[in-house]
Amino acid sequence: MQLRDTLRFSVHAVASYRARTLLMLLAMAIGVASVVLLVSLGESARHYVANQFSSLGTNLLIVLPGRSETTGGPPPLLGATPRDLTLDDALALTRLSSVRRMSPIVVGSAPVSRHQLEREVLVVGATAELAAMRHLKLIQGRFLPAGDPTRGMSICVIGVKLKTELFGGDQVLGQWLRIGDRRFRVNGVLAPTGMSLGDDIDETVIIPVANAQALFNTASLFRILVEATADDTIATAKERISATITQRHDGEDDITVISQDAILATFDKIFRTLTLAVGGIAAISLVVAGIMIMNVMLVAVSNRRAEVGLMKALGAPRRHILRIFLTESALLSLAGALLGLIAAAAGLRVLAAFLPQFPIVIADWSAPLALGVAVTTGLIFGILPARAASRLPAAEALARR
Amino acid sequence: MIRLDGIERVFQVGEEAVHALHQVDLTVAAGEYVAIMGPSGSGKSTLLNILGLLDRPDRGSYFLAGAKVSDLGEEQQAQVRRHQIGFVFQFFHLVPRLSAAENIELPLTLAGVDPAERTRRVDTALTAFGLADRARHRPDQLSGGQRQRVAIARAVIMHPKLILADEPTGNLDRAAGTEVIEILEGLNREGLTLIMVTHDPELGDRAHRRIRMVDGSIEADSG
Repeated sequence: MQLRDTLRFSVHAVASYRARTLLMLLAMAIGVASVVLLVSLGESARHYVANQFSSLGTNLLIVLPGRSETTGGPPPLLGATPRDLTLDDALALTRLSSVRRMSPIVVGSAPVSRHQLEREVLVVGATAELAAMRHLKLIQGRFLPAGDPTRGMSICVIGVKLKTELFGGDQVLGQWLRIGDRRFRVNGVLAPTGMSLGDDIDETVIIPVANAQALFNTASLFRILVEATADDTIATAKERISATITQRHDGEDDITVISQDAILATFDKIFRTLTLAVGGIAAISLVVAGIMIMNVMLVAVSNRRAEVGLMKALGAPRRHILRIFLTESALLSLAGALLGLIAAAAGLRVLAAFLPQFPIVIADWSAPLALGVAVTTGLIFGILPARAASRLPAAEALARR
Repeated sequence: MIRLDGIERVFQVGEEAVHALHQVDLTVAAGEYVAIMGPSGSGKSTLLNILGLLDRPDRGSYFLAGAKVSDLGEEQQAQVRRHQIGFVFQFFHLVPRLSAAENIELPLTLAGVDPAERTRRVDTALTAFGLADRARHRPDQLSGGQRQRVAIARAVIMHPKLILADEPTGNLDRAAGTEVIEILEGLNREGLTLIMVTHDPELGDRAHRRIRMVDGSIEADSG
């Protein structure tokens, strides 16, 4: 029997038994739709987190004071507090070849006021490099000017929300603000970025790092943000940074260097696993659909005993009959899977309409995977009924009507 | 053409072994017209199934056109059925969702014959059996006689040498039955071997040779 004829014969048979065909299509469509929907939601969540991270900058390393490792044993009695990171430590890092740029960071909370309006906001001390490293954009004015980080200027850059709260529609650039007990001239306004992993940049004031150290009366840094020259120098940069700081800290390795990629990779892994787990649970419905296919096909075989007997009498060997029934279940599961894909795509559209801020992506591998799994399920669960058909004794199958 | 040697067929019914066929020897020459008769349960249908390779004997040998077909494997037996044997059944056994033309085409389709060749042969058969204007009708839109004519056209579309008919008129009225039997006899006159199971004595009398079966054995053979 030619393949084309087998297909035509099966399509004809499938189309002739409407009720059972619809049932099987429905079961398979639900299974496939749930797999694709859930996997796509998982993927969307993963992308969302990845985007959040990439908005923080690329190839970033974060240098923190103190070791984050636990060494066990009782705490040492003396010299247990880690040495602070200083501005000089930070400047030493700029001499490393694997470091493109860096920005020392001092963070604190201080009252910011203009006339009678006062807000308690997050004050970040940084250098000009921060704008490039964290992809900060300005809607007005300029960022902090480049220059010697040890010498500050009384200028600041403010977030857009702070600008509307303190200035309303007034002229901002060149105006004076009081931060703590010092006065700063507004040099620029940051473009709205919204939440970036918890820090609301729109409500932040950025001032030169030296001024921040003076404001908060500290010589230490909160952390140092470092950008490696390239993706593949991150590891080198990490090593060199540790070595440099260790050397400067009298041989004491008392800092922690985190690469952003490592954090991202961890999140990525978590979400991937989650997606797979959820997809796996949804795949159970595919198995249920498969069992349904088996059940309905078994009924179909017993309904078509006479037809099977006839085909045998007409000279169809067992493998032809096996092939015909397998083609039927494969066609049914394929059609069901396609319906399921359409349903999933429609469902994701609806979700996207309700959640505009959450980027919905259809995992491009979910469609071929679901189709493949559906057809495989159809074939696997089709084998038993098809074998039952092919093994029907011809004489018996023809005798009854 | 056909030679059966010591055919035995035993069915297990509950605890009891029923001898459906017992020591059946039979020789049929090419071109013969044989009626197998006998009461229900005499084994005539079982004999026809064995002749049609739809059932395997428990013992004995079956030679068809010189070849010992009782020893062949499943696939080869299917091939013998496809090319050498045509079946006509009491209940027609047409595929209900296929048109008359598609039903006649079915053996050609199963054999993998090219579509152009299939159409040509089906058209010839439709005309020969007076079904040209019924080609696109489904079985439930045909009369009993027309259905059996479709079934006969299907049985001979592969040009077999042997036609096995199981009560071919059993489900037809007298006029349609006569028409069908005349078609079968016409095929026989063209040289096809015709073996027919019937319990209608009138039909049996028309055959050139009558075999009477009782309790799984051949009791009388007019040949």
